[in-house]
Amino acid sequence: MHSALITAAYITAAVLFILALGGLSNQEKAKRAIWYGIVGMTIAVTATVLGGVGAVWLVLIMVALGGVGGAIAAQRVQMTQMPELVAGFHSLVGLAAVFIGLNADIEAGAATRALSDGSADKLSGFAATLAHKTPVELSIMRVELFLGILIGAVTFTGSIVAYGKLAGKIQSKALILPGRHAINIAAGIACLLLGILYFYGFGIWTMILVAFIAGAVGWHLIMAIGGADMPVVISMLNSYSGWAAAAIGFTLSNDLLIVTGALVGSSGAILSYIMCRAMNRNFLSVILGGFGASGGSAQAIEGEQVAIDTDGVAAMLEDAESVIIVPGYGMAVAQAQQPVSELVKRLRAKRKEVRFGIHPVAGRLPGHMNVLLAEAKVPYDIVLEMDEINDDFPSTDVAIVIGSNDIVNPAAQEDPTSPIAGMPVLEVWKAKNVLVLKRGQGTGYSGIENPLFYKDNARMFYGDAKKSLDELLTRLH
Amino acid sequence: MKIGTPRERVEGEKRLAMTPQSAIALKKLGYDCLIESGAGSAARFSDQAYRDAGVTVVADAADLWAQADVVAKIRPPGQTEVEMGHAGQVVISLLYPGQNTELLEALKTRGLTALAMDMVPRISRAQKMDVLSSMANIAGYRAVIEASNNFGRFFTGQITAAGKLPPAKVLVVGAGVAGLAAIGAAVSLGAITYAFDVRPEVAEQIESMGAEFVFLEFEQTQDSAATGGYAAPSSPEFQAKQLAKFRELAPNMDIVITTALIPGRPAPTLWTKDMVEAMKPGSVIVDLAAERGGNCELTVPDQAIETANGVKIIGYTDFPSRMATQASTLYSTNIRHMMDDLTPAKNGVPVVNMEDDVIRGATVTKDGVITFPPPPPKVQAIAKAMPKKAVVETAEERAARELAEFRTAGRRQTWMLAAGAIVTLLIGSVAPPTFMQHLMVFALSVFIGFQVIWNVAHSLHTPLMAVTNAISSIIILGALLQVGSSSLIVGVLAAFSILMASVNIFGGFLVTRRMLAMFQKS
Repeated sequence: MHSALITAAYITAAVLFILALGGLSNQEKAKRAIWYGIVGMTIAVTATVLGGVGAVWLVLIMVALGGVGGAIAAQRVQMTQMPELVAGFHSLVGLAAVFIGLNADIEAGAATRALSDGSADKLSGFAATLAHKTPVELSIMRVELFLGILIGAVTFTGSIVAYGKLAGKIQSKALILPGRHAINIAAGIACLLLGILYFYGFGIWTMILVAFIAGAVGWHLIMAIGGADMPVVISMLNSYSGWAAAAIGFTLSNDLLIVTGALVGSSGAILSYIMCRAMNRNFLSVILGGFGASGGSAQAIEGEQVAIDTDGVAAMLEDAESVIIVPGYGMAVAQAQQPVSELVKRLRAKRKEVRFGIHPVAGRLPGHMNVLLAEAKVPYDIVLEMDEINDDFPSTDVAIVIGSNDIVNPAAQEDPTSPIAGMPVLEVWKAKNVLVLKRGQGTGYSGIENPLFYKDNARMFYGDAKKSLDELLTRLH
Repeated sequence: MKIGTPRERVEGEKRLAMTPQSAIALKKLGYDCLIESGAGSAARFSDQAYRDAGVTVVADAADLWAQADVVAKIRPPGQTEVEMGHAGQVVISLLYPGQNTELLEALKTRGLTALAMDMVPRISRAQKMDVLSSMANIAGYRAVIEASNNFGRFFTGQITAAGKLPPAKVLVVGAGVAGLAAIGAAVSLGAITYAFDVRPEVAEQIESMGAEFVFLEFEQTQDSAATGGYAAPSSPEFQAKQLAKFRELAPNMDIVITTALIPGRPAPTLWTKDMVEAMKPGSVIVDLAAERGGNCELTVPDQAIETANGVKIIGYTDFPSRMATQASTLYSTNIRHMMDDLTPAKNGVPVVNMEDDVIRGATVTKDGVITFPPPPPKVQAIAKAMPKKAVVETAEERAARELAEFRTAGRRQTWMLAAGAIVTLLIGSVAPPTFMQHLMVFALSVFIGFQVIWNVAHSLHTPLMAVTNAISSIIILGALLQVGSSSLIVGVLAAFSILMASVNIFGGFLVTRRMLAMFQKS
């Protein structure tokens, strides 16, 4: 296939990718937008293969195998496991970036050798393009390679740790090694030195070493971040995988890789920023980690937690006219979205106003709660964001908190010494009654005491959220 | 030991301190219960009901005082009653020790241990025995009922075939327990309810009950935490401002319920003669502070009067007693909780433990000594209010601030653009033109990404993540270009990269589709 044709195909693909991301501005358009993405990807891959790839049979086998694997993973995954799945997928992109970067270096070596013995015209594929590069371009390529491998390796191990933490395979608490900043800085300097060595032609071993060191840094960085910050971490890794792809795109002089990598990279960066703002946290302090370990000297809370039984809850809901449900990670853990949906259906059938208030960082992934509720067929037009619903709490009869803790913690507003002071929260305590579904009396993910549970209008409905709700549904008709 | 309740001697008092129900609970604490014959008849508890609950009915008060080890009452014991008591006997009742020094003397000389229910400190633990709250709750409710009884109109507004009926406007002054109860009752009857209190922090409670807080602009406000949740006397300037506000409200209000009391002082005069005169004929004032002189200047304690301009002023002092059954039930439950704390071993022997904050606070005489006033409780009743720092800014201030922010943002942007231009120039001075072309593509793509992603709906962030994840596997192109290499190691690594990227492509797109398919409109 002619190279101008390939470029044409790439332009189409790039436009389709932009449309795919832009289409996510609302639910209806999004269903169409996803097709743009699929078509764009198909065009890009087909054009590249037709453009002259050596081993087509190998490509077909690998794509088929990978496709089957990916499809199975996508079918099997529970909606509550989405965060793990996304993190796991990121690690694949990171590793692929490392491999491709190393390959590029080997090919560059081959190209230089071929040039010197005059067999350059026999080279095929990527090596052929490299052979046409000037020395300046080759040194720039080394910088790009270095960046691609570095970011790719950090993404790879970081994503694996994020996956492990979200799947509960690694303890979610922040791992704080003594002198961890020093370790990171030392590793960074080592990578930089190796990069300089590589730049002056010290060979591929420098890059392999960079990959290992960067991998260790990625592991260490994410280990030091507490579970509560995982949403930020995931979108940050998403961003990294994009930058890695862009760096590789520079190496390969492939504009589509650059465009797509930049799109993904900036989208991940923006998502991280949006989430940090929602938690009133500095992006840098999240990335450097360590949050979720120190309890802080929060104010002592007076009063007691008052429990309520199923009949009491049923009566409270019978009397209520307006209800706002605030779900959190606990709902995902208990798989309680179905009973929640059923509860909503019954309450709405009784002409009660039922709405959902979703905090931007509820769950372990941005928009996590929306996906779970959608899975349980909760109509999305009653699912509102924090800013849309926060003013309505004072006029609400019952606020139901299902398995969320920090995002409804009044200490964020009332206690300047609290570790989460200043974080925007859903003001559930302003409702006439607050019903808290919670497993036990312990503190939440971040280990911060929640004064909400001690408020006069708060009632604790202890137990597994799913079981409690199932039992409640038997009392509501 | 025996716990007994005599008939209340005060004229018109229908309540009593023990119900058949509370007697059953007291027996569980190990006490034998006694009651004077006919004590419960006014509150509709017959002697038979007490017998059925296992209470011994005693013929007269003298007999009861002689037999009982603990006497539970409501009104402070009179002279004759104190004389019937014997040394070591425990008397629990309302005592108002601050105003009743003579009574304290009499109790002391008689050797009685007296616990004043009205002196129970206001801490969370003691709420279950706070009779002031439980009685105030009844008074507040009853005040609205009495007002409605004397008011010639509906509370709720209606538009009927026979004409439009305006809703009643109710003003509640003082939002303590009684005030809040009155607000609740008035709101649920359908009236438009306003409420005022000198403690600004109760605004939230007022609004939570469905009334509108009458806001008084004044700088120096009081923090009721220092006074155990009660109001303290306010400054003359504040009072003047407050009266001016009431004067403004008076012509519009149909019903005024005043509940303002300051502990240990006569009730403050808040509703003056001229305000009453400004009110419409048929309006009603219910003065819950009548017993302590009244908040309204014209209030006559224990009477309902009508002024020359047709405003009714109700000065009853026996609101709880008017709902004697309910009031007795609540009061006797408070007494039972008190006995619960007094009998830690549940063996029917009361222990007046002076180390306990609640019991120490309530005890006014013990072992021939007057122990009133008590030392301040160890636990602060209410946490000190946080000073509110959110200052409402004026329109000009906001405009100025926004302008300043806009300028800083603009300046920052200029600097960043300048820095970016310099960096690009530096790169351009060394890099070849092909690289610069790629850099241009890169920079533009980053900007497109920023613009596009800001518009993504928050609820779609998870699908966004999944779809960008799928798209980021465009890195497969790099592997595709390398897979045909003559070098074996390059081929193998590229093949693996293709495998991994394909997992990502298929997995990412399929899972996004699965997610999006679930979003449904109602």
